Amino acid sequence: MAIDIYDFTGMTSAIHESLSAVLSPAATTIVEMTIIGIVFILFYALVGLFLVYAERKVCAFIQCRLGPRRVGPRGIFQTIADFIKLLMKELLMTKNADKFLFNLAPFIVIIASFMAIGAMPFAKGLHALDFDIGILYVLAVSGIGVIGILLAGWSSNNKYSLIGALRSGAQIVSYELSVGMALMTIIIFAGSMQLSEIVASQANGWWLFKGHIPAIIAFVIFMIASTAETNRGPFDLAEAESELVAGFHTEYSGIKFAFFFLAEYMNMFVVAAFGATVFLGAWMPFHISEMIPYAEYFNMGMDFIPGFIWFFGKTGMLILLMMWFKWTFPRLRIDQLLTLEWKYLLPINLVNIVITAFFVLTGFHF
Amino acid sequence: MSNEQLQNYIKELVPEVVFEENTQYLVAVVPTEKIYAITENLKKNASTAFDYMLSLTGVDYPDSYAVVYHLESTKHNHLIVLKAKMDKQNPKIDSVCKVWPAAELQEREVFDFFGVHFNNHPDLRRLFMDEEWQGYPLRKDYKDEINIVEL
Amino acid sequence: MSDSKIQENLQKEDAYYVNMGPQHPSTHGVLRLRVGLQGEKVIHVEPHCGYIHRGIEKMCEKDTYSQIIHLTDRLDYLSANTNNEAVCLLVENALGIEVPERVKIIRTILDELTRLASHQLWWSVMGMDLGALTTFFYGLRDREKILDIFEESTGGRLLPSFNTPGGFMHDIHPNFVPRTKEFLAYFKKKLPEYNRLLTGNVIFQQRTKGIGILSKEDAIAYGVTGPSGRASGFACDVRKHHPYSAYGMVDFKEILYTEGDSFYRYVARMDEMWESMKIIEQLIDRIEDGPYTAKMKPIIKLPAGEYYQRVETTRGEFGVFVISTGDKTPYRMKFRSPNFANLSALDYMSRGFKIADMVAIMSSLDLVIPDIDR
Repeated sequence: MAIDIYDFTGMTSAIHESLSAVLSPAATTIVEMTIIGIVFILFYALVGLFLVYAERKVCAFIQCRLGPRRVGPRGIFQTIADFIKLLMKELLMTKNADKFLFNLAPFIVIIASFMAIGAMPFAKGLHALDFDIGILYVLAVSGIGVIGILLAGWSSNNKYSLIGALRSGAQIVSYELSVGMALMTIIIFAGSMQLSEIVASQANGWWLFKGHIPAIIAFVIFMIASTAETNRGPFDLAEAESELVAGFHTEYSGIKFAFFFLAEYMNMFVVAAFGATVFLGAWMPFHISEMIPYAEYFNMGMDFIPGFIWFFGKTGMLILLMMWFKWTFPRLRIDQLLTLEWKYLLPINLVNIVITAFFVLTGFHF
Repeated sequence: MSNEQLQNYIKELVPEVVFEENTQYLVAVVPTEKIYAITENLKKNASTAFDYMLSLTGVDYPDSYAVVYHLESTKHNHLIVLKAKMDKQNPKIDSVCKVWPAAELQEREVFDFFGVHFNNHPDLRRLFMDEEWQGYPLRKDYKDEINIVEL
Repeated sequence: MSDSKIQENLQKEDAYYVNMGPQHPSTHGVLRLRVGLQGEKVIHVEPHCGYIHRGIEKMCEKDTYSQIIHLTDRLDYLSANTNNEAVCLLVENALGIEVPERVKIIRTILDELTRLASHQLWWSVMGMDLGALTTFFYGLRDREKILDIFEESTGGRLLPSFNTPGGFMHDIHPNFVPRTKEFLAYFKKKLPEYNRLLTGNVIFQQRTKGIGILSKEDAIAYGVTGPSGRASGFACDVRKHHPYSAYGMVDFKEILYTEGDSFYRYVARMDEMWESMKIIEQLIDRIEDGPYTAKMKPIIKLPAGEYYQRVETTRGEFGVFVISTGDKTPYRMKFRSPNFANLSALDYMSRGFKIADMVAIMSSLDLVIPDIDR
C-alpha cells in the first residue's frame, strides 16, 4: 500500500529517540507532554480563530451577504481583532454571583473541549493519545463540558442563565446517549474501541460505505445528536437568544465569554473530527473498489494527497454541514427536543444496533 | 338594526337615555350607574349583539369626565357610541371587563390618564405612567412645568 | 374569592418570574412582560407598558391637524403611511372634501406597499425569533426595494409623512409607476422563496401549529384585529367592510382562516402579501395625470363635533377619534391602536404554553411597541 508516504511515525519516533538519548525516561515524558501541550494550545487557538471566521463567511454566504472584509485581505484577521477586543473588555460579575464557581465554569468548558482533541488521529503517526478505550475517553471528556455550563448558569445569579443551563443539562445528558449508541454501531463493525484500530479497519473503505444501511442511519443520528450536544442551532436552546437573551453565558463578558465562544467552536470541531474518524476513516484516502477498471490508478492518485488534508477535509465538510443546519433551520422547543431524542432517535438507534449485530454475524457487509 | 330601531331599543332599556344629534354614528348618553347593565344587555341580546368593542376612550369635557365606548356588532354590522358622564369630583364607573375582556387594558389606560376609577376591575393600576406618578396627564387641568411647554 | 381564584393566586405566588423586556431580543422594542413560569410553562403574563410613552394624545391637543399627521407616523412606525391617511381621511370627511381619484389611487398603492414592507419585516423577524436567522436578511433585502420607492417619491423611507388633508405634500416621482411594477415582478419570484425557506420547514410548523390558539369569539371579545384576528375567523378587514380611498374600486380577497393558531396567523400574513400585490396591480395602471391634492384652506378647522375614522393598518384596525370644538386644534384625540388590543389577548393566549411558545405567539401577533404606548 502506498499509504505510508505521509507517515509521521518516523518523525515522532526520531524526536522521542533523540530526547531519550539526552534525558532520563521521566524527563523525556515530561518534555514530550509539554511539547504536545504547547502544540495543541497553538492548534486550538488557530482552529478556533479559523472556525469563527469560517462560520461568519459561511453564514454570510447563506444570508446573501459578504461577511467580514475590512481587517486584512478578505477579512481574515477579523477574528483576531475580535479576540483582542474581547481581551480588553471589562470582566463584569453580577451582585451575589458565586464568585468561585462563576470563574471556574469557563475553564471547565474549555478544558473539556481541549482534552478531547488529544485523542484525534490527525494523520498516520500524529496521534497524541491512543489507548484501547479511545471512543469512551472522548465521550467521557466531552461530557464534562455540561458541568461547566450548569455551573455557569447556576452561579450567574440570573434567571435566564439558570433556565438555559438546566435546558442544556437535560439536552446534553439525553443526546449523549444517542451519540454513544450511534458510535456503538461502528464499534461493532470494527470490533474495537481504539481509535487507531478503527481507522486502520477502514483502509479498504470507510465505514459509512462498508457498513451501508446501519452505518448511514448511525451517521445521520450521530450528526443530529452531536449538533445537539454542542448546543448549536437548531438545538441552541441553552442560549436561545430570542427567549433567554444568551442563556447560560448571559452574564459573562470579555475573555470569559470568549472562552465559552471558543469552546463552542472547538466542540464543533471535536464532534466533526470524531465523526470523520469513525465514519469517514480519519486520514484514510478515498478508495474505490478494485473491481472497477483502472481503480488502482485512481486509488494511487488519492494516496498522494497527504493524510492530514484528508482528515481536515472530512472534518471541514462535517463542520460545513453543521453550519448549514444552523443557518437554515429554526430552533426547536425543549419538549420537542427531548421528544426527538427519547421517542425517535433512541429507539431507532437500538434497533439499528441489533441490525448491525446481525449483519456482522452474517458477514453481510463489505 | 337600523339606527332608529337601536334608538328605540335603548330607550326601552333605559328611559333616561339622551341621544346626541347630528353625529357621525348613533351616540347615546347613558346614565353612568347603569353602564354595566346596559352594555351587558347590548352584548347578550341577540338582536343587538354588540360583541366587538372598538375603543374605550376617556374624555375630559369642561363640565364632566366621560368614558366613550365605540361598539360594533360583527353579526349585524351596526355601530353605536355609548357615552357615560361622571362628575369631576369623584369620577367612578363600573368596569365592563366582564363584558369585553378587551376593556381590561383600555380601562387601565383611562384610569392612568384621567383618574377615572373603575369599580370591579380585576387589576386597576397605572399602565403607562410610573406607579408613583402624581396627577392624571390627559386631564385638561394637568400642569407639568418641565415636560409640557406652554406657548 | 372562589376556589379557582384562590388556586390561581397561589400559583402566581409560587411562580418563577422572568422579565421579558424592556430590553429583550424578542420584544422588538421596549415592552416589558412579566412572565410567571412553572418550570418552562407560562402561568400568566403581565404586560407593563409605558417605556416608550410619549404622550402623543396630549401633544395632539396642542397641534394643528397638519402637524398631527407627523405625530401619527411615530405610532406604528411600520404602517406610518396608513396612520397618516387615517387622520387625513378624518379631516376630509369632517370637512366634506372630495379628494381627486388620482390621490385615492396613489394612497391605496402606498398603503399596500407599506403593508408589504411591514409584512416583509415581520416575516424576517418571526423567523429570527424562532431561531432561523437567515430569514432576517432575505426579508430585509426585499424590503429595501420598497423603501427605495418610498424614498424616491415621498422623501422618507420609514416615516414618509406624505399625506396631507386633501392629498399629498407634492407629486409622486415619475419613476414611481415603473419602479413599483418592477418591484412586483421581482417580489412575485421571491415570495415562493420565503415559503421554501420557512413555511414548509417541519421544525417551524411544529413550533407554531396549535400554539396560542385564539377562537373567533375570543378574538372578537379581545378586539384582536388584522391578520391575527382574521386567522381566527374574525372578518374584520376594514378595507372590505368599510372601504376607504380606492379599496372600493378593487377586487381582493379577505383572508380568513378558522384555526387561529400561530401558524395560521403566519399564513394569513403570507397570503395577505399576495392580495396586496393583486391590489397594486389593479391600480398601478389607473393613475392618471391630474392634481395631487384637493383645494384646501391654509388653516384647517374642523366643525364642532365628534368624528371617528377607521382604517386597516398592517396590524389591524386603526381608529382615530377626534372631539373638535371648532378650533384649529382638536379638543381630544384618541388613537385606537390595533397593537394595544392585540396585546390584551397575549396573557389569555399564552397561558399553559412554554416560554419558547411565548416568543412564537408574540411574533405571530406582530406587536409594534410605540403603537401600544403612544
